[in-house]
Amino acid sequence: MDDEHGHSDEKSSDGFDMASLDPCAQALQQMFEYLDGELTDDRRDKIKSHLDFCAPCLQGFDFEAELRTVIARNCQEQVPDSLRQRIQAQLGIEE
Amino acid sequence: MADQADFAELAMPLMDSLYSGAMRMTRNPADAEDLLQETYLKAYRGFGGFTEGTNLKAWLYRILTNTYINMYRKKQRRPDETDLADVEDLFLYRRIGGLEGATLGQSAEEELLKSFTEYEVKEALDGLSDNFRTVVLLADVEGFAYKEIAEILDIPIGTVMSRLHRGRKAMQKALFEFARERRLLPDDTTSQEAARNG
Repeated sequence: MDDEHGHSDEKSSDGFDMASLDPCAQALQQMFEYLDGELTDDRRDKIKSHLDFCAPCLQGFDFEAELRTVIARNCQEQVPDSLRQRIQAQLGIEE
Repeated sequence: MADQADFAELAMPLMDSLYSGAMRMTRNPADAEDLLQETYLKAYRGFGGFTEGTNLKAWLYRILTNTYINMYRKKQRRPDETDLADVEDLFLYRRIGGLEGATLGQSAEEELLKSFTEYEVKEALDGLSDNFRTVVLLADVEGFAYKEIAEILDIPIGTVMSRLHRGRKAMQKALFEFARERRLLPDDTTSQEAARNG
C-alpha cells in the first residue's frame, strides 16, 4: 500500500464506483466522511435518507459515533501545575 | 500581525489540549513536558507570524508536530502499515453481532463501550505507529477537519483520509483485544455477567 500518495481503496469520495454497491455497502463506504462532516450536502442527504429506514446501518453508525466520544473523552490530559508555571515563567507571563 | 502581548491570553487556555497531544505523541510524561515547553517557546517567539482570525489551535499543533518530528524522529522510519489494510469497517461492532441485517439490543453496545477504561483507550491509541496515531489524535481527540489536519501535517487530504481509516480500524482491533481479555467478547451473556461481577 502506498499511503504517501493518498491512493487507497478506502478513499471513497472519488474514483470509486459506488453504484456497484448495495445501499448499505455504499453507506458504510462513506461512514467516516459522513460522521466527520466531510461529505457534500448531496452525498450526506443520500446517506441520511438511507439511515432513516435502515435500522442496522443506523445502529452501526451510532456505535461508531459513540465510540468516538469514548475515545475523545478518555484521551484528555491536564497540564501539571508545575509545568504550566515553568512555561509561564520561561515566557515571562504573569499568572 | 499578531501581537506578542496577546499570546498569554490566547494561547495559554489551549495548553491542556496541546499537552494531550504531546502525551499521545511522545507516550511518556517526561518527553511530553519537554515537547510542550519547546512548542510554547517557539510559538511565543514566532507569534508575529500567526495570522489573527485563523485557527490558533491548528497553528500551535503545527508547531507541536514539527517539533516532535525534530526532537524524536531524527531517523525517519517507514511506518509499519502492512497489517492494517484488511480490517473491516465497524470491526468492533461486528464482534458483538451488529449489521448483516441485524439490529442489536442497545445494552450490548452500551455495555461494551462503557467497559473501556481510560488506560485501555490510551493504550489502543498509543499502540499505533506515529503516522496513524497523529491523524487519529488530531481528528478524533482534537476534532480537526481533514483540511486542517492536512495543513498541520503538510500532507495531502487523501493521505489524511487513508491514514485515518486505517488508524481507526487498528485502534478498534486493539480495543477488541482488551474486551476479549476481559471476556466481554464474544457476546456470551454468562461471561458478560462474570466480567461485570468480577
